[in-house]
Amino acid sequence: MKYLDEFRQRGLALKLAAAIRAEADPQRSYNLMEFCGGHTHAIFRYGVQDLMPDNVRFVHGPGCPVCVLPIGRIDNAIALVEQHDAILCTYGDMLRVPASGRKSLLKVKAAGGDVRMVYSTQDALKIARDNPEREVVFFAIGFETTTPPTAVAVRQAQAEGLANFSVFCNHVLTPAAIQNILESPDVRDIGSVSIDAFLGPSHVSSIIGSRPYEFFAEEFQKPVVIAGFEPLDVMQSALMLIRQLNEGRYEVENEYTRVVTRDGNRKAQALVAEVFELRRSFEWRGLGLVPYSALQVKSAYAQQDAERRFSVPPVRASDVQGCECPSILRGAKKPTDCKLFGTVCTPDNPMGSCMVSSEGACAAYWSYGRFRNPDTVPGIQVESVA
Amino acid sequence: MCLALPARVIAVDTATDIATVTLGEIRKSVSTALVEDVQVDDYVLIHVGYALNRISEEEARRTLALFAEAGLIREDGS
Repeated sequence: MKYLDEFRQRGLALKLAAAIRAEADPQRSYNLMEFCGGHTHAIFRYGVQDLMPDNVRFVHGPGCPVCVLPIGRIDNAIALVEQHDAILCTYGDMLRVPASGRKSLLKVKAAGGDVRMVYSTQDALKIARDNPEREVVFFAIGFETTTPPTAVAVRQAQAEGLANFSVFCNHVLTPAAIQNILESPDVRDIGSVSIDAFLGPSHVSSIIGSRPYEFFAEEFQKPVVIAGFEPLDVMQSALMLIRQLNEGRYEVENEYTRVVTRDGNRKAQALVAEVFELRRSFEWRGLGLVPYSALQVKSAYAQQDAERRFSVPPVRASDVQGCECPSILRGAKKPTDCKLFGTVCTPDNPMGSCMVSSEGACAAYWSYGRFRNPDTVPGIQVESVA
Repeated sequence: MCLALPARVIAVDTATDIATVTLGEIRKSVSTALVEDVQVDDYVLIHVGYALNRISEEEARRTLALFAEAGLIREDGS
């Protein structure tokens, strides 16, 4: 298919791999954090790590909205169904994420709760139109890519006078999370996580543009290359990062020019700004409370805000004992460091969120990486072999 | 979550902001509320039922050429 197949060609992948081998300096190491779960998935699915020399490693970041949503927010969503008798519309990704008390939205649905999987916010609006006597709540999660479709639905609901439609907003922001990682003690002081450069988000950047990353590149002196989600995009971007590091540069470069511009999608940005405003702080699994890292519905759209319409108290819930998702999301541990990985925690029976989403590092290791030689598994410290 | 797929626009209804797109053998109606001035034969990225952005044919060609060039460096150098 156009714009997919060309960016997956084996011959070009081998050429790029050879170029990376030729240009990566064997005397140094290159720790490239891919922020997005989409990149993590591509790296594993296409075996990109295996095409890299030993000293070029991908460090997996927290860019998987399903993975970083704290359990308390899922408990809140369950309460909307069980206590407020709402129809809860959700993207499929959320259904199997473990909540407190061994519950999940799927189990709540099996027990008779009205949880409905939707593909689009438009489907949720239709459910609200078809059920005027019921409250319909859309469980809104996702980064900047997924936020504009929620904004469209909120505006449309207000315009149509759909008083029974509201959103439970959990939209989060990428730049705030990247800054949090760069300022975290793991990276700054302890040095347990080394990050030399970033593969920047693909589709988040299609909305926000490449400009927001210019601050990090400059302030933290880390190169950023906005990378498409196909395997050749990832490899070309890795090559561009290696070149920047070799030359001592730290700039924002854009590999994904077929979609991303410096300014991004201004129409979508304007819609988001009209409907949402920044939250003072928001809890991320793995990162803790991150200031100004999430959005909430503006008061002008109060009727469409589930947090104003229903009581949604903050819930402090802990992860399953032994689950290493929080450290894995910071890049401090890898899935194989977790005692639960592949034993009690599998995609069929996930204990932590990183095993649920196909973009989670644990699910990627399980699906594509568990039979690999441990010496080549990314994250394990390997002396470079010239 | 941020998965988005490139699809070709085959019909546009500007009154409702809805376009029909094809991807392989699949046809689908998507919202064009987020993109200005969508035209038939444009390629757009589809995410959760919405077109997010237009895809630039020219830039795609340039990027593919870049991949090929990276290979040349090695062929020249070895």
